[in-house]
Amino acid sequence: MTKGLIDLDRVGMTYQAASGPVEALAGISASIGAGEFVSLVGPSGCGKSTLLRIVAGLRPATTGTITVAGRTVTQPIPDIGMVFQAPILLKWRSILENVLLPAELAGKDPGKLRPRAEQLLDMAGLGGFGAKLPRELSGGMQQRAALCRALLLDPPLLLMDEPFGALDAMTRDDMALELLRIWGEKDLAREARKTVLFVTHSIPEAVFLSDRVIVMSARPGRIAADFRIDLPRPRTVELRASEAFGKLNLEIFRALTGKTIVGTAL
Amino acid sequence: MTKFGTLANRYWPTLALFAFLLASWQAAVTFGNIREYLLPAPLSVWNALWHGDTAWAGHLWTTTLEIIGAFLMAAVVGVALGVAIAWSPILANALVPFLVFVNTLPKVAIAPLFLIWMGYGIFPNMLMGALIGFFPVVINTAVGLSQVEPDMLDLGRVFNAPKWKIFVKIRIPNALPYILSALKITATAAVVGAIVGEFVASQRGLGYVIVTTQSSMNTSVAFAALVWISVVGLVLYGAVVLLAHLWAPWAEGVD
Repeated sequence: MTKGLIDLDRVGMTYQAASGPVEALAGISASIGAGEFVSLVGPSGCGKSTLLRIVAGLRPATTGTITVAGRTVTQPIPDIGMVFQAPILLKWRSILENVLLPAELAGKDPGKLRPRAEQLLDMAGLGGFGAKLPRELSGGMQQRAALCRALLLDPPLLLMDEPFGALDAMTRDDMALELLRIWGEKDLAREARKTVLFVTHSIPEAVFLSDRVIVMSARPGRIAADFRIDLPRPRTVELRASEAFGKLNLEIFRALTGKTIVGTAL
Repeated sequence: MTKFGTLANRYWPTLALFAFLLASWQAAVTFGNIREYLLPAPLSVWNALWHGDTAWAGHLWTTTLEIIGAFLMAAVVGVALGVAIAWSPILANALVPFLVFVNTLPKVAIAPLFLIWMGYGIFPNMLMGALIGFFPVVINTAVGLSQVEPDMLDLGRVFNAPKWKIFVKIRIPNALPYILSALKITATAAVVGAIVGEFVASQRGLGYVIVTTQSSMNTSVAFAALVWISVVGLVLYGAVVLLAHLWAPWAEGVD
């Protein structure tokens, strides 16, 4: 197996529910290279979010090993940025103070990171909003602030758990473009980009963003298919209307549902 | 619009209703021939407040001290117990059943025991108020400290933040609106406790004044004492509301 930034070797996870043990993940093996943007798609409850937390060291795997940057993950690892479905900003802190939170939690001097926090906010289009409270911002803006917070300590790995799932469709498409821009799709060489593991329900979103889309099957979650997305970067709005884009969507849809669409001429 | 204008705009219905009730009360007593010892007219109460024989200042001072003491004790002990419960599951298991038991006891029934144990004085009455008012603070503190999004706690774990840091930076600010909300209840409970304590055992205070009017049938003085009690209660309540406004402005309109 090739050595990636993240290596999953036969990872399985079983948890105890009231009705007995539930196998959430089984035999997940995958290798994700540095600078790769990888999406995990799958039906609800297939364990994609659990897998993300296992990679972060936040939940223990029952079987198998997880290696991130050459180290076996047994406890939470610090070199990651996490973005969740909800922005979970602290209501009593200004946006800037929220972005600086990781510095405080990690025992670093927030004063020193202030310029970086401000620069991140600028980049995310939140330049004038550092002093505002979260509730004064829209959902999309709050999620951008959460992204800035995840990027503050410049982690090589970004774990995103349905980060745009709570946003309306239009904001969602905007955020996808924004994320690619911040990720450095245009300005950074591939090796200089962060590795992103992105959990989503939306196939078009996964195709639009990713270098690779990993399709998971229903419980217990297994890898059902692994698609390489060779669409040109930087990705544009027009891409969504292209034939190649549509074709990939359909293939992934088929892999996901395990069937062809009935009643169409395809 | 000026700030005063806004306030007037908002509260004129309250004031109008209050004035109307007072006027109806006065009219009912004056024209309905209701005897003074049954229901004194607002004007007699007013007279009892300002021109009567009762030395209000001393009584007011005693009761106010008891109420503030009760409130502070309930707040400090309540927050401390709430923190203990949220901090350690062992402490929670030890404390919660005991606290629930204490809370189900009718505190009024304990008041005579306080007299036996501690005699007359300000302290037993403070304790009574604290006993009635501390429970909501414990519960709300514990709940506020625990109601933190699991994802936020994961964020803390990713950065390997020590437990105390999560407490100081995330849990405590998160609990603040809950605590302040409970303190509004405590403010009222402290008043009840202090007066109940005075009913059972006291030589001074507004509750004591009310008890003495029973034998003298001096109902207007009892009403005047009630006016003072509600003034103290309202001021304390207002102070907590102001505190909430200053300390937890982000939670405005939550409760």
